[in-house]
Amino acid sequence: MQQVKEVAVIDGVRTPFIRSNGAFENLASHDLGRLATQGLLKKSGIARDLIEQVVMGTVISDPKAPNMAREVLLGNSLPPVASAFTVSMACISSNIAVGLAFDQMSLSRYKVAISGGAETLSDFPIRHSKKIRKALIKLQKAKGPVDYLNEVKKLSIKDLIPDVPSVTEFSTGLTMGASCERLAKRIGVTREEADQFSLSSHQRASQAWEAGEYEGEVCSISLAPEFKTIERDNGPRGDSSLESMAKLSTSFDRNFGQITAANSSFLSDGGAAVLLMEKEYAAEQGFLAKAIIKDYITAGTEPLDDLLLGPSLAITKLLEKNHLCIKDIGVWEIHEAFASQMVANLKVMDSKTLSKNIFNIDAIGEIPMDQLNIFGGSLALGHPFGATGARLVMTAASRLAKSGSRYSVVSGCAAGGHGLAMLLENPNM
Amino acid sequence: MTTPDHTILKIEVIDEIAIIRINNPGEKVNTLNETFLNEIESSMEFVNKAPEVKGAVFISTKENCFMAGADVKILQDADTIEKGEEIPRRGQRAFQSIEDCKKPVVAAIHGVCLGGGVEMALGCHYLIATDHPKTVLACPEILLGLFPAGGAPQRLPPRVGIQKALDLMLTGRNIRSKQAKKIGMIDQVVSHWGLQETSMSVCKKLISGELEHKNKTSSTAEKLLEGNPAGRAILFNQARAMIKKKTRGLYPAPFALINAVETGINKGKPAGYEREIKEFGVLTQSTQAKSLISLFFGNTNLKKNSRGKPEKKDSTLAVIGAGQMGAGIGLVSLLKGKEVILKDVNNEGLGRGKKVIWDELNRRCKKRAINSFERDRLMAKLGAQTDLKQFDRVDFVIEAVFEDIDLKHKVIAQLEEVCAEDCIIATNTSAIPIAEVASKAARPENIVGMHYFSPVNKMPLLEVIGHEKNSEQAIARAVQMGLDQGKTVIVVKDSPGFYTTRVLAALMDESILLLQEGIDFKKLDNLMKDFGFPVGPVTLFDEVGIDTAAHISDFLSQRIGSKLRNVKDPILNKLSEKGLYGRKSKKGFFLYEDRPTGLASKMFKPKGKEINPEALEIIQQYSLKNSSTCTDNEIIQMRLAYRFINEALRCMDEGVLLSPVDGDIGAVLGLGFPPMLGGPFHYIDSIGHAHFKKNMAMLEDKFGERFEVSPILNDHLERGKLFHPEVDEGA
Repeated sequence: MQQVKEVAVIDGVRTPFIRSNGAFENLASHDLGRLATQGLLKKSGIARDLIEQVVMGTVISDPKAPNMAREVLLGNSLPPVASAFTVSMACISSNIAVGLAFDQMSLSRYKVAISGGAETLSDFPIRHSKKIRKALIKLQKAKGPVDYLNEVKKLSIKDLIPDVPSVTEFSTGLTMGASCERLAKRIGVTREEADQFSLSSHQRASQAWEAGEYEGEVCSISLAPEFKTIERDNGPRGDSSLESMAKLSTSFDRNFGQITAANSSFLSDGGAAVLLMEKEYAAEQGFLAKAIIKDYITAGTEPLDDLLLGPSLAITKLLEKNHLCIKDIGVWEIHEAFASQMVANLKVMDSKTLSKNIFNIDAIGEIPMDQLNIFGGSLALGHPFGATGARLVMTAASRLAKSGSRYSVVSGCAAGGHGLAMLLENPNM
Repeated sequence: MTTPDHTILKIEVIDEIAIIRINNPGEKVNTLNETFLNEIESSMEFVNKAPEVKGAVFISTKENCFMAGADVKILQDADTIEKGEEIPRRGQRAFQSIEDCKKPVVAAIHGVCLGGGVEMALGCHYLIATDHPKTVLACPEILLGLFPAGGAPQRLPPRVGIQKALDLMLTGRNIRSKQAKKIGMIDQVVSHWGLQETSMSVCKKLISGELEHKNKTSSTAEKLLEGNPAGRAILFNQARAMIKKKTRGLYPAPFALINAVETGINKGKPAGYEREIKEFGVLTQSTQAKSLISLFFGNTNLKKNSRGKPEKKDSTLAVIGAGQMGAGIGLVSLLKGKEVILKDVNNEGLGRGKKVIWDELNRRCKKRAINSFERDRLMAKLGAQTDLKQFDRVDFVIEAVFEDIDLKHKVIAQLEEVCAEDCIIATNTSAIPIAEVASKAARPENIVGMHYFSPVNKMPLLEVIGHEKNSEQAIARAVQMGLDQGKTVIVVKDSPGFYTTRVLAALMDESILLLQEGIDFKKLDNLMKDFGFPVGPVTLFDEVGIDTAAHISDFLSQRIGSKLRNVKDPILNKLSEKGLYGRKSKKGFFLYEDRPTGLASKMFKPKGKEINPEALEIIQQYSLKNSSTCTDNEIIQMRLAYRFINEALRCMDEGVLLSPVDGDIGAVLGLGFPPMLGGPFHYIDSIGHAHFKKNMAMLEDKFGERFEVSPILNDHLERGKLFHPEVDEGA
């Protein structure tokens, strides 16, 4: 059997994450992926012809560019002989994109890859109704006006109502917010806890920006025709307060809910890309590794009641498999879909009874808040679905390189009932 | 203040709110009894008096059960009108104490909430119920020949309007929380997670005045009809007319309910409550209620596996033959979580079977009982094949091929070759003895009979037939399969026609004789409907299929001989030769037209069925008009019913039936014997065995030896025995 290769995270760059229908509203997902990759190429200084593979994640596939990764590759003038593929796993799409690139590289399929993801939530495909679509397809074969009329006759005004992509879970019909409300009640998360968590995320993100923590990680963008420079995420609101957050009305459960605009991640546009290299090859080429990818695990959960608890299951399994405990991890990056979901996951992982009752696993304990998402998370930075996972990986890698810790865990939850957890190791330890 | 010392309603005060937890100790479900009612009152007294308590919440600690209603045994013990009146009087007082509580009381409903549970909740000031699929509300008292008399007739109409209140209480149907909220029966739908916290926050809001119960505003149509005395008078009259038409006046309870609602609305609540008590008291002593309660207990008993829980769990079921019956069996199994394989000789047959299943699942989907994802998930558990590949992993096979003994032998031989040694092979037949079906089998111990009724998803009965060589486990597994499919299961001894087919054949035999004597088809149907059967015998022939009936009648007349008429019935065979099969061929005794669809169905109302002149002609060829023309309606009803009942007695005598309860349940659930008579055994217990014997003697004298009374009755008369000892003779 061939030797399994070690894979290093060399660098990562993302575009600013911008609230949807803002400055990036005219960009497609592949544009955002291309911009992030452009930033990565520039920052890392890697020669284009070294890139052998591009793996990208996205949630809402653009029908014009379904293999978005290929357009990113070609759009950045990467070698056409290199190949590219796009994956989708809801909000952990770019986590699994990085994971798959890691898998292939450890099997020596290639030595250098760019992985990441991008999403625009300003512009998603809204389709004609099924009847109109059927008619339009038949009309392509219409011979003469009689055929044409016959098809058109079958349609009614009602058929003009467009088919907007559903925001509900396909199997259960519940919105993610409604699922999270159920989860909060089940685990016993209070509105105060959720607001406090969200406030802290916003404050941390603002402070991180002030302290220059995101310098280098976020590339500045200027777009035609005005070419105004966009340098920063526009999500973080460091000046908000618990009092102002408490005033907001709830979005999903009017009477007994706790989820508001202020304690949920919001729709955003953005792209993110990380440079992965076989560890030995990186050393040969003179690249410094920020982190080594040790392992990752995916876990499925029951979509009605456990939809957003994927991280609890995945993280616990990952630690168990690698014989690690919570103390061994110094850097945590977990995707914040909703503050209530984060608090619920933290409670489940810390509670023997909950861990046992829900997943029949042992609780791992309390994740220290001063190690978790210390530069803010999706609640403050925003959540362009396909880009978030790669953002977590690059932030974790940077934090790990600067910290004295040996391990980092990156995790996230996803629609459909999924969790993914990835283990990174500090190459200097 | 210390909380009262209770056994069922334990009170804990948290944050100024009394959490009253409902928990009948040692029981699976909560039921209303004397202690419960006393504790409701003392709880309310505590809530009123304790200065530190500002409000209260009723919540259950049982899994998926708020309250299953009153303990039905209490009804059995009430043997006089006065004792019957005491039941609602006591309940009303307790529920009134909730309503009269000076502090807000919330009902936090999760799981089933039935009968008295609904009435107790209606006494509360604010009702919340969870969106969990197990949460259903219903007032099913009407199904026991009674009506909700603990205040619901007074409290429900202001919440949901008179028409919807009547509908809920007259049908006893289940209603889910979302629908209940929509019509105003409850105030809020909430998640079952954190129900206690939610109910406390509701209670706090009620205390602070942020929230209050508001009756749903009625629609304009409702206002027009219900908002004035004249409109209401029309409404109540129409309701009574409709009930009369539907029940043919055989059931008093619906009228009692309408009286109670009407009195409350016209004369005020106190008069309404009093009317509830009076009407309920009388109903408790009615034969209808006694019969229905007896059936309730019988049915409850038969929902448990009489042969004990089998050692093996059967999760994969194969059905041979994808016709109506096979597809129906597949459907009920799929719905209850089984993995199902349909097998038929060709893809066309399989396609028809799949369509039957899909149509029903899709209907549920359109009714929003399930979502389209759930429908597709169920369809994905349905396999369809024309061969027997992979049958070695099947736990249980039911063959539903044509009722032909050679075909059944062939199918069983093929199955035994591929199936695992412990696989049960059940044969779905309505008449052929199982010992004969199993006679050539390599493993006869695994061959059992399962007699399903069509349409399988609507008919609640399953008759399981064991034969002498069966293993005890095989029968236990067959019973369990039926229970898993949601059926009420009776186990009978192997013999031609078993129980249900045999008694039905007796009734059908007498019907043909009556037709030969010249009685009008429709008149005969109507007479039996007046007696309480859901359909008349002539229509029943058309529904069952005249060819099938001819087949069974020939078979049984050979096997049972003199008890039925000992001649091959010429009429059924003649009809069937001419292709008059009944509804399936669009002509039988009656003519059937395709139901118009779309716009046409709105423009043309369907006409009543018309008699098929062809059928009439055949009957007239075999006319018996001159022998003994029977014109007395009561005698006609008696001839039909008594042949039915006497055949049931013979089944008991010969040991085909193991208990009179099986006989009663089988007749009511399988054959539509009038439920308000409680089944053949309950019925003759209540009219008196001597009375029955005397009538039989009269019929035998007039119409011949087929009315010879079963020997078991003589035996009973000698020993003064009853079939159901708890029923008072002559009551």
